[in-house]
Amino acid sequence: MKYIEPHGHMVSRTTDDYERMALAGCVAICEPAFWAGFDRNSAQGFYDYFRQITEYEPKRAARFGLKHFSWLCINPKEAEDVQLADDVIALIPEFLNKPNVLGIGEIGLNKNSRNELLILEKHIQLAADHDQLVLVHTPHLEDKRKGTRLILDALKNHAKINPERVIIDHVEEHTIDLVLDQGFWAGMTLYPESKCSPHRAIDMLEQRQAEHIWMNSACDWGVSDPLAVPKTMLEMRKRGWSQESIQRVVFENPIAFMGQCEKFVL
Amino acid sequence: MNDWQPPQQVNLVDLSFMDTRFKLIEVAAFLDRVQHAGQDTDYRVTALKSALQFLSQSEPDRAKQVLLSLSDPSEEPIAKATIQGAAGAYQIERMKVEG
Repeated sequence: MKYIEPHGHMVSRTTDDYERMALAGCVAICEPAFWAGFDRNSAQGFYDYFRQITEYEPKRAARFGLKHFSWLCINPKEAEDVQLADDVIALIPEFLNKPNVLGIGEIGLNKNSRNELLILEKHIQLAADHDQLVLVHTPHLEDKRKGTRLILDALKNHAKINPERVIIDHVEEHTIDLVLDQGFWAGMTLYPESKCSPHRAIDMLEQRQAEHIWMNSACDWGVSDPLAVPKTMLEMRKRGWSQESIQRVVFENPIAFMGQCEKFVL
Repeated sequence: MNDWQPPQQVNLVDLSFMDTRFKLIEVAAFLDRVQHAGQDTDYRVTALKSALQFLSQSEPDRAKQVLLSLSDPSEEPIAKATIQGAAGAYQIERMKVEG
């Protein structure tokens, strides 16, 4: 069965992972900009990273028949340094016309600090100025509830942001209703040790009737599984889901959201 | 317009009981282990034990209530991020300091 991996950090994965994902039915991978596991000390490091995810990764994916798309930003983990963040944000417009760039992301908050919020607001303005889709990272663990609320407030406070063009990722049981009830899309991240398990994700899909929701593996350099989406599809079958209903979540929903960008063509 | 079709009903107890039983015993063994080691006053263990109360509630939103009980309850941004990671439970004392 076909599926889309709407959030995968492929710069952290081996070429074998591309092959395994293709064999599992993946047809497209979407790569938001993120933290490298350490703080970069200059904007030049981001310039090279943006080239990697807009020029090199699409070629690596294409070797296995996979489409590759990307999102650009400075991750909130590096937003405490406002000057660095400003320098990186200034680089982004140059890359927005690249053929695989879908929007601004994954922006958001990490520890919910004032500087993180300031840089989030600057990213939101950038997205509004360039009419871009937005992909939002919500904070980890104990910081998620508060951070999700602050993020939603910042987005709603901007007159030019349409919630239907924004996806709030990494939702869990205590944040999904906040997101969907205000008209935003929601992403659920399937991690082996944190965020969301396959059964919890399926519970939330059933409770919200699978509307305006996608699932992703967010596979990165940490403990994560690039096949988390197809493994969850198997659990959905065990739980009585029809092929059509599964396909809607893992293929049609990502198309419905990302297809709002004309460059998202499979 | 939503054309949602609910899944065919399956026996969810058959499907997940053994796995859930396994995880419940892991929780119990973890609490025993940290108590034997004299580490059960750690704020994370205290938060975990406090969250257990929601497992016996009657409303079917136990996961949500457990997550909320482990969350930072404050509303305002903090002055500065001095760390990048998260611990999984909120330290009440830290909230008092940050005020």
